[in-house]
Amino acid sequence: MAHAATHDHHDHHGAPKGFFQRWVMSTNHKDIGTLYLIFSLTMFFIGGAFAMVIRAELFKPGMQLVQPYFFNEMTTMHALVMIFGAIMPAFVGLANWMVPLMVGAPDMALPRMNNLSFWILPFAFFMLLSTLFMPGGGPAGGWTMYPPLSLQGESVAYVIFAIHLMGISSIMGAINIIATILNMRAPGMDLLKMPVFVWSWLITAFLLIAVMPVLAGAVTMLLTDKYFHTNFFNAAGGGDPVLFQHIFWFFGHPEVYIMILPAFGIISEIIPTFARKPIFGYRAMVFAIASIAFLSFIVWAHHMFAVGLPMGAEIFFMYATMLIAVPTGVKVFNWVSTMWGGSMTFETPMLFSIAFVILFTIGGFSGLMLALAPADFQYHDTYFVVAHFHYVLVTGAAFSIMAAAYYWIPKWSGHMYNETWGKIHFWSSVISVNVLFFPQHFLGLAGMPRRIPDYNVAFANFNMVSSIGGFWFGASQLIFLGVVIHCVFFSKKKAADRSWEGAKGLEWTVPSPAPFHTFDVPPVIHDDELAHGNTDH
Amino acid sequence: MTSGGIGRSVSAWTAGALALFGGEAWANPVPNQMNMTQGVSEWSPYAMHMVALWVCVVIGVIVFGAMFIAMFRFRKSRGAVAEKWAHSTKLEIVWTVVPVIILIFLANLATGGLTTFADTTGADMTIKVTGYQWKWRYDYVDYKGKGVDKVGFVSKLEESSDRTRQLKSNLDPEKIQVEGYNTYLLDVDKPLVVPVGVKIRFIIVGGDVIHSWWVPALGWKMDAIPGIANAAWTKIKEPGVYRGQCAELCGQDHGFMPIVVKAVPKAEFEQWLATQEDEAKIQKAAQTAQNAPAPAPQG
Repeated sequence: MAHAATHDHHDHHGAPKGFFQRWVMSTNHKDIGTLYLIFSLTMFFIGGAFAMVIRAELFKPGMQLVQPYFFNEMTTMHALVMIFGAIMPAFVGLANWMVPLMVGAPDMALPRMNNLSFWILPFAFFMLLSTLFMPGGGPAGGWTMYPPLSLQGESVAYVIFAIHLMGISSIMGAINIIATILNMRAPGMDLLKMPVFVWSWLITAFLLIAVMPVLAGAVTMLLTDKYFHTNFFNAAGGGDPVLFQHIFWFFGHPEVYIMILPAFGIISEIIPTFARKPIFGYRAMVFAIASIAFLSFIVWAHHMFAVGLPMGAEIFFMYATMLIAVPTGVKVFNWVSTMWGGSMTFETPMLFSIAFVILFTIGGFSGLMLALAPADFQYHDTYFVVAHFHYVLVTGAAFSIMAAAYYWIPKWSGHMYNETWGKIHFWSSVISVNVLFFPQHFLGLAGMPRRIPDYNVAFANFNMVSSIGGFWFGASQLIFLGVVIHCVFFSKKKAADRSWEGAKGLEWTVPSPAPFHTFDVPPVIHDDELAHGNTDH
Repeated sequence: MTSGGIGRSVSAWTAGALALFGGEAWANPVPNQMNMTQGVSEWSPYAMHMVALWVCVVIGVIVFGAMFIAMFRFRKSRGAVAEKWAHSTKLEIVWTVVPVIILIFLANLATGGLTTFADTTGADMTIKVTGYQWKWRYDYVDYKGKGVDKVGFVSKLEESSDRTRQLKSNLDPEKIQVEGYNTYLLDVDKPLVVPVGVKIRFIIVGGDVIHSWWVPALGWKMDAIPGIANAAWTKIKEPGVYRGQCAELCGQDHGFMPIVVKAVPKAEFEQWLATQEDEAKIQKAAQTAQNAPAPAPQG
């Protein structure tokens, strides 16, 4: 591809020399993508450390390590850091790196805003994490911040300011992605020829723009309730604590799809590559993502079946929630059909993708069970829910991010990672994650509530199994760190431009590592070169 | 498992297996329990849960089975050559329509369960439950159409659990037992006493923050929210002691505010209620006697 045809620009080719110039003042989508990914990995380990504290305290009955209040700080911070610090920035980082490469654009549409939307994040998280060292401690009312409990905390102002910053960052990132996809595609890259990953991010970006302001509104009302004597959520002043939950989950349910739709996109890139067969039902895949996104706006109260909703509301939200199983089922069936009749190999990205399909589907099954309001009266706020959302967020979202990292790291670094260690990382993770989360289904069904630091002896064995799985899974991620560092700095094995035999799409037409500037001249699109371009013939 | 021998572990696992496969109605958590309790109330989501579970298992076996066959048959190392098709309208219609039918079946079942649950009319008794950080208050409002006179009390974690659960107490949670059943964190100083065979309506409110009143054997939980009066009902079929916990994060001692419901035969309950009413009267009389001269020394 004639990406480097223009040699008449000066200082437009290499990266800036100075560290500060290159990284802090960067407007380059690849460097900013890298920054996002490094930030996300850092947060993944910090949030993981909190999870280790939780699992260590829950290793056996009795309080051995931390005070209950600190335990609550850990569960709250673990969630906030993992959701807003690890999963979301990882997807934004992947979008930064890959969306311009996949649609044939030279960079993101708004490069300076791109810089700002990243550099807000470290400050937001510095502030959020600093509350742990303050008198009164960090937030301990759960990541959902339900009032009146959350207002009892001393760190409300800090946490809310941090959340506002994260929201601003997300909205800017989303605007940038939409502008890039809608305006900067290479000629011939029609919307319905775009890779599914690009589609998934286009839809996710709209979700972000729609709901982050809602979260901002909800937490601002918390702030004024706490410090300015308003009574939005204060029953004694005529307010309603349940109102917060409605607003929060109007944000919160689209939010959980913000964390899974890009994962669908990633898996839809990787499985066709290693099955050497085009994605089955491309259009159905795109429409399924769009309908899941639409449905995500009308199911929020399924998080609130136990707040005493009127029966009509319970029925509506139950039916709407169950409906999501249809487009999600279509996606799973289509992934399986893509594999059927293929010529499969099982490199690490493919292994993670296959594990994703199976384990995410298990999370979907428990999701369907949770949708049934009468059964949810038992499941709600137990370890069954904890197992459910960790199946969709760890073996779903996080596994897809790892799959993406293995899949595209040859393009990013110019080197192949060590396949043996990649596979060791995979097998160690996939076994331990099930040891970690599967027994939590049993605990929840047997009657163990979530967010408790200590429990009855009847729950001891499965908690111990789960904790062992937790430590093992945590340790396994150090292998991931090792593989990435080795690949970027030490690997001798050069990556080909088309790093995988079955890989299609524009990103594989540029050299590995991708040069600092790509597609200065828009590429010519050949339909048979695209991953999905041929499906409507 | 923490200190016991293999023998105890084995017997515990057997009990767990029984709980799962033997269909015995465990009212309270047993070691290694893997499934939901069938409950002791007239209303129970257990059947709904089992149907949904088996639907998921069957679909899972089909989908994952197809995946594993694909992974075995269509490997490059076995010489598989990739086919070119990527679309089949017929198949796509099938796997859109079939799930819809299954969902309609499940939705129908769940709607029935919901309707019965939501109907709190025709109750013979009303109890008001108030959640506080970190204890429950129970007030008996009426029984058989008659108002109950000032019977109410606070119910909180009993003392031996409370001592044991302190950080680094070095006390053994295994030792806290009632009649051979471990009650660590699941026992209170004063249980809620209710009659069997009577439809009881609970009015559930929150006194400070949001709590959630949950006894698994009764089949539901209901949030206790400041400013909102929620209602739910139960009709317990057999006498027994049923244990539960607060299910909504409510602060540092959220894990330490258990619920114990003691269901007794009707006659026994009526006797108990009468005693409580008498005691309340005596207390009230004593209080008025005390209160009368009280202003004088303050003056």
